Amino acid sequence: MYRNGVQGRYKQTMDSYDASESTPRQSTSSRPEDYFIGATFLQKRLESVRKQTSFVPTPPRRKIPHCSLLQEDVDLQKVAFLLHKQWTLYSLTPLYKFSYSNLKEYSRLLNAFIVAEKQKGLAVEVGEDFNIKVIFSTLLGIKGTQRDPEAFLVQILSKSQLPSENRESKVLWTGWFCCIFGDSLLETVSEDFTCLPLFLANGTESNTAIIGTWFQKTFDCYFSPLAINAFNLSWMAAMWTACKMDHYVATTEFLWSVPCSPQSLDISYAIHPEDAKALWDSVHKTPGEVTQEEVDLFMDCLYSHFHRHFKIHLSATRLVRVSTSVASAHTDGKIKILCHKYLIGVLAYLTELAIFQIE
Amino acid sequence: MSVLRPLDKLPSLNTATILLVGIEDALLQQLADSMLKEDCASELKVHLAKSLPLPSSVNRPRIDLIVFVINLHSKYSLQNTEESLRHVDASFFLGKVCFLATGAGRESHCSIHRHTVVKLAHTYQSPLLYCDLEVEAFRATMAQRLVRMLQVCAGHVPGVSALNLLSLLRSSEGPSLEDM
Repeated sequence: MYRNGVQGRYKQTMDSYDASESTPRQSTSSRPEDYFIGATFLQKRLESVRKQTSFVPTPPRRKIPHCSLLQEDVDLQKVAFLLHKQWTLYSLTPLYKFSYSNLKEYSRLLNAFIVAEKQKGLAVEVGEDFNIKVIFSTLLGIKGTQRDPEAFLVQILSKSQLPSENRESKVLWTGWFCCIFGDSLLETVSEDFTCLPLFLANGTESNTAIIGTWFQKTFDCYFSPLAINAFNLSWMAAMWTACKMDHYVATTEFLWSVPCSPQSLDISYAIHPEDAKALWDSVHKTPGEVTQEEVDLFMDCLYSHFHRHFKIHLSATRLVRVSTSVASAHTDGKIKILCHKYLIGVLAYLTELAIFQIE
Repeated sequence: MSVLRPLDKLPSLNTATILLVGIEDALLQQLADSMLKEDCASELKVHLAKSLPLPSSVNRPRIDLIVFVINLHSKYSLQNTEESLRHVDASFFLGKVCFLATGAGRESHCSIHRHTVVKLAHTYQSPLLYCDLEVEAFRATMAQRLVRMLQVCAGHVPGVSALNLLSLLRSSEGPSLEDM
C-alpha cells in the first residue's frame, strides 16, 4: 500500500473507492452506523493529510483525456456556450446543505442579494426591478463518474426595460460549478456536503466577487483563485498535444516569461500543431498513458531546438501560457476550451488541481 | 576533466572552505555574504561556482562542503546541477555534499516538482534543505545552519564527523522512499 510516497496516495484512493462500493450508503442510518461512518471519514482525512506534499502529487502515469463516456453524452448544443470563452478558475470547498431542488429559491435569493449590493447606500423602493435576472440551472452530462455531483450553472441576465414581446436578455455574467472524477474529495466528506471543487467564471470581477460572497455566506464554503504553475502547464501541453484531432483549429503556442529587470521579457514560440503531434508521437511509448519522463522529454526537445537557434535556455524561464487546439491555459488561472470532444478530460485535470488546492 | 576529491589536498590551519554551486549568481552572492557575517571560531572561505568542473588553473584550498543550489523555478538549474554532479568524486558524498532547494515559497512559479529534487537527494544519499534565499530572514538562518555544518565537515567540532552528521540528518521519510 505504501510502495511509493506519491503513488501511494493515488493508489490508496483507488482502493478506498473499491471498498466503499461494497457498502452502499443508506439514507437513514442508526446511531452506531453514524459513528462508524464518521470515524471512516476522519481516518481518510488523516491519511490524506499525512501524505500531503507541497505540490500536486503527480502520479508517474496519467490517462490521456478521452471522449466523454457517461450515459448522457455531452450534448454539443448544450455545452457550446462553454467553449471559446475565457474562464477564470477558482477552487471551492464543499458546499454545506446545497440542494438541487431549491434552485429557484436560490435564484430569487441571489437576485435580491445582488440588487441590495449594487444599491448599497442608496434609497431603494421595495419591489422595484433592477433589470437583472439570475438563473440557476443544472448542466447535465458534465461529470466524470456517476458519483460526481451534477454540475450547475449560474447566469446573470439583463432584462430590457421595454415591456414589449421581443426583448432579449443579454448575459452579463456566467459561472459554473463542476466536479469531474472528484473521488478523492468525495470520499472524505459527509452527506450534507456537495463537492463541486471547480468553479469557472466569465464576466466582470465585481460580479464574481458579489456572487462569491453570497455563496460563502449561504453555504459556508470558500473560494480561492486557482493558479496553474509551470509544471502543470507543461503537463497540460503534453496531454493536449497527445489528443487525436481530426483537424486543428489553432497553432500550438507557448509563452514564456523571462525574469529580468527592468521589464520582463516574453518569449512566444509557435509550432504547427501537426509537427507538435509528430514530436509527441516520437516521444510517446506506452499507449493510453502519459508519464513524467515523456512530458519532460517533449519539453526538452522544444527547449533544445530553441537553444540551437537562439542560444537561449528556455528551461531557465517560466512557462506562462500554453495554447493548443484542445484548450489554452494561462498561469493566472485562465482557461479557454476549444474542443468539445475533450471537455471532460480538460476539466478532469483542472478538478484535480482544484482538489489539491483545497486540501 | 578534473574531479573534485575530498582528501587530495592538505587542510589549512583552522580554515573551513565551502563551495556553493548554482546558476543564480545573485542568490549565491547574498548567501555567501550572510555566511561571512556569522560568528565562527574558524576562518571561513566561501567559493562560488556556476558549474563544475572547476578550472584547474586556480590554486584553491581543500573543499570541505559542497552545496548545490537548485532553483525550483528553473529546470535549467536542475540540469546544471545534474551535470555538475558528475564531476564530484564518490567519497565526497559521505556527508560533504548537501542540496539546497530555493523558491518553494512561490508555488505558482515552480516548474520542478518537489518529488524530483527529493529523489535526486535520495539517489546521492545527501541531505536536502529548503530555503527561500530571496527572503532575508530565511537566508540568515540558512547561513547559520550551513556554517555549523561546514565546521563539522572541516573537522573543527570535536567528537562529530561529517558522516555522523549525515546519519543524523537523514530524514525518516519511511519506507516510501526506499522503493524509488
